[in-house]
Amino acid sequence: MAETGTFLEVSVADALKLGSERRIIDVRELVEWNEGHIPTATLVPLADIPTTIETVVPDKTTPLLVHCAVGARSRRAALYLSQAGYTDVVNIQGRLAEWKALGGAWEVPTPLLSDAERRRYSRQVLIPEIGQEGQRRLLDSRVLLIGAGGLGSPAALYLAAAGIGTLGIVDDDVVDESNLQRQVLHTADRVGMPKTESAEMTLTALNPDVRVVRHAERLDAANVDRLVAEYDVIVDGTDNFETRYLLNDASVTYRKPVVHGSIYRWDGQVTTFVPFEGPCYRCLYPTQPPEELAPACAVAGVLGVLPGIIGLLQANETVKLVLGVGETLAGRMLLFDALTTSFDEIRLWRDPACPSCGKGVAQPQPVAAGAAQAVAAR
Amino acid sequence: MSRVRIPPVLRETVGGARELEASGDTVLEVLDDLFAQHPALRERVTTEGKLSPFVNLYVNGRDVRYTTGLATPVSPDDQVILLPAMAGG
Repeated sequence: MAETGTFLEVSVADALKLGSERRIIDVRELVEWNEGHIPTATLVPLADIPTTIETVVPDKTTPLLVHCAVGARSRRAALYLSQAGYTDVVNIQGRLAEWKALGGAWEVPTPLLSDAERRRYSRQVLIPEIGQEGQRRLLDSRVLLIGAGGLGSPAALYLAAAGIGTLGIVDDDVVDESNLQRQVLHTADRVGMPKTESAEMTLTALNPDVRVVRHAERLDAANVDRLVAEYDVIVDGTDNFETRYLLNDASVTYRKPVVHGSIYRWDGQVTTFVPFEGPCYRCLYPTQPPEELAPACAVAGVLGVLPGIIGLLQANETVKLVLGVGETLAGRMLLFDALTTSFDEIRLWRDPACPSCGKGVAQPQPVAAGAAQAVAAR
Repeated sequence: MSRVRIPPVLRETVGGARELEASGDTVLEVLDDLFAQHPALRERVTTEGKLSPFVNLYVNGRDVRYTTGLATPVSPDDQVILLPAMAGG
């Protein structure tokens, strides 16, 4: 046992004999670690040693074997450790390549992203809140779009481009000429084609890695539970109240966040409903209005650009929900007026008497896989 | 006078205006003044003397259903937003 401030140095060949008896600390950087490392080693980059080592190795009498790529950084680590009171520190003085050459145990971790994925999503991976782990999360996530229309089109395009791994699309309609002014998933030569089919063609051409699941059906009481349960986040781009209430109630039951958008002529609204964390659609509007107060786009008209703006705000909310970063619109509604180019924000409240998510309603456990767990944990 | 934002679905009822001015110290008084200016608005916004359940009213971004309802005070600088549910997508 060495005195405080002293440590031993060994060659790689000698270290191989010691390896199984000692706790191995790799003081290289994460990028180096990801290229390959000793399977039983723990990564603590040199700069993190002072702040982290006592958590990683609380017992200062633990026999330690520290290494880096050639022995210089680990010498500094060994000096620090011995001065910090670790009593049995050995530094490997030599090249790590030699460890491999002499038959030392070695493993290369499976990368979070393939080379192709790293290239494709490089601009996103560079963002600190995303990185490779965040991108992996996006790739593993499942998002359901209700409607491949005005709102669903821009949302789907950008979500596919961002690398959302599975995009489910619910729509029982076919492409109509009058859709093309705003529903940018579809093209003039696809008039008459089911919208789900047209959507799949556009989205897979943009990003072949995305799995598009076609649900060529209308959301109804018979299928809503099955559809909602299968996904992590729901993007609501429907055009009628029945579907919105139906979707709301199922999403509360399965605790799935719904990113809500609606549009009318020059006006758009967007919010995010996160069950039991913020209000739901029934908290906002307990009952639906009579038809004459809520005409559809087909009757009232809509500016083509408007769903582009609102749909992309929905895509942005969706990405944040999957990543578990930032602040969503839960409890807030954004009102956009395209004619004056102005946004207003109003606060939304949970209604204690809400029949869907109010006080009398037992909170279900999240039914979740993959990214939805992160959503629920927010 | 308070400024009251008129949502697109109600604009035809008020001659196309996007925003109206109305006086009153409470939501009830402001609405009564609006209804005096535009009588057709009353039945689109209220049911049996109360706000219809599919129409929300916000004073400075706060839903009056969660404050003191029609008795919620309104000052001249406040922004009032009428907001019925919209379904379009």
